[in-house]
Amino acid sequence: MIDSPAISTKNLSKRYGNIEALSGLTMTIPRGAVFGFLGPNGAGKTTAVKLLLGLASPTSGSAEVLGQPIGSRQSRRRVGYLPELFRYQSWLTAREVLQLHCELAGIDRAAWSREIEDALAVVGLTERGSTRAGTFSKGMQQRLGLGVALLGDPELVLLDEPTSALDPVGRHDVREIIRALKDRGMTVFLNSHLLSEVEQVCDRVIIIDHGKVVADGTLDELLRADTVRIRATDLPRDAHVTLARFGAIAHEGEWLTVRGVDPERVPELVSEIVRLGGRVHAVEPKHESLEDRFLSLLGGGV
Amino acid sequence: MTLIITIARLTVLEMLRRRLFLVLLGLTLLVVAFTSWGFGQITTVGNRPMTRVEQVAVVSQLLILVGFMFSFTLAFSAVFAGAPSLSGDVESGTALSMLARPISRAEYVIGKWLGVVVTILVYAIPTTALQLFMVDRIVQYVPPHPIEFVAFLSLEAVVILTLALALSTRLAGMVGGVVTLILWGVAWIGGIVGGVGAALGNDTAMHVGTATRLILPTDGMWRGGVWALEPASIIAAAQSAGAGLASNPFFVANPPEPLYLGWTVAWIVALLGVAVWSFSRREI
Repeated sequence: MIDSPAISTKNLSKRYGNIEALSGLTMTIPRGAVFGFLGPNGAGKTTAVKLLLGLASPTSGSAEVLGQPIGSRQSRRRVGYLPELFRYQSWLTAREVLQLHCELAGIDRAAWSREIEDALAVVGLTERGSTRAGTFSKGMQQRLGLGVALLGDPELVLLDEPTSALDPVGRHDVREIIRALKDRGMTVFLNSHLLSEVEQVCDRVIIIDHGKVVADGTLDELLRADTVRIRATDLPRDAHVTLARFGAIAHEGEWLTVRGVDPERVPELVSEIVRLGGRVHAVEPKHESLEDRFLSLLGGGV
Repeated sequence: MTLIITIARLTVLEMLRRRLFLVLLGLTLLVVAFTSWGFGQITTVGNRPMTRVEQVAVVSQLLILVGFMFSFTLAFSAVFAGAPSLSGDVESGTALSMLARPISRAEYVIGKWLGVVVTILVYAIPTTALQLFMVDRIVQYVPPHPIEFVAFLSLEAVVILTLALALSTRLAGMVGGVVTLILWGVAWIGGIVGGVGAALGNDTAMHVGTATRLILPTDGMWRGGVWALEPASIIAAAQSAGAGLASNPFFVANPPEPLYLGWTVAWIVALLGVAVWSFSRREI
């Protein structure tokens, strides 16, 4: 099953009464990279994660996790999960919580001690390992949850808003942990609406809205500079007619904005302007941030 | 099986760490001390010392009332331990990370049930046994079936906690707890109605009693406990008094039929099955 994708879904749908929480989600996530799963609140991100973990049942469609059908015990065997609602037994110490999850995950008893201490060290809780989880701040509980998710060297780690309760230092730490997981060959599925975070750690992004995939690709693909601004003078009045074959043209004084242009064709575009008698003073590719892209995909502007 | 034990152990540990067990034990020991002192005071009638026959009659009936207190305490403990057992984990979010592990819902439910059963029995058996032991030490009275008394009360508690746990698969802890307590009370009243029916020869009332004892076998187990504490002399005296005593929920002349005991065990198993089925379909 090692050749199977980390996650594959086919028309996965979930309906709660009249609300379509997830509508025909189809995606394939290969192993060994960090995936950002983006969407506005209520887009269906957490629903999708719960379906993948068998915590909820799909209304229709199918999915596999690590080559096993969702809902099966086998599909959860090599998966680590940090829920958005991270709550652990308040009456257990951090070490006891980790031990409980070692037991539930079926980790060999001889490895428990090392697994627990490693997890505490990675999330910076070694000094608080004997403290009851109930006395932890939200940030510490989230760190503990991350430690729980990392137990047993999982092949797939699902992190649902993993930095929601963390301060900037904690967020930086989590990014470093995610990068380290990637280096170890794990697949990380990062469910987040913190776009800057996703932009910094993810190799590939899937954006969903109203339960449907609206964009899917590497960050380079999604954020490809397909808009270029050119400061040009002495252009003939009807130049835009000729230039329209490169993309959508807009004039702002001496600046010409061409949207949807293939970056490879920018030199050709400049040559064409010169051929038409224009004088080119500046050429600026316009880079979109993930936020710009996200908002434009969701119809929010930019 | 290993994961069932894991969850059961976790549940027992929760009861211990949350001090439910210690509070119950402490309060019950106080009650046992108090009632033991009370039994020690039953030595005279007016100004004359009691005869042994009189003392046995009074002590045995008082012990049945104390037994009712145990039945009441155990019922409440079973409700408070069972009703939030699953719903509490779901509502708090602790179930999310646990059920995302390779554990089946059946293992989770059965483990929870086993943990609550162990906690309740570890509380019920020593405390009721201690009460009987203290009565024996103070007034040298041992009821006719002490082991059966402890067993029937324990079984009653298991019936109640199984119902509370089954409701907890779908209802919030408070709601499930209230529903369970109401049903327990209704079953007790149903038993009395059945007894009144037997005393009056009213078939309808008798059928009500039989139906409630079948639907929720708590009152049947309570009556088994009463029978276990009833001395032969009282039963003989009551039988000469006729059928009227059948309406008294604190008097039972005969033990539950083996078939009824079988029904009660089957009821527990079936309801646990319903709980597993219901929780397996619950969205977390």
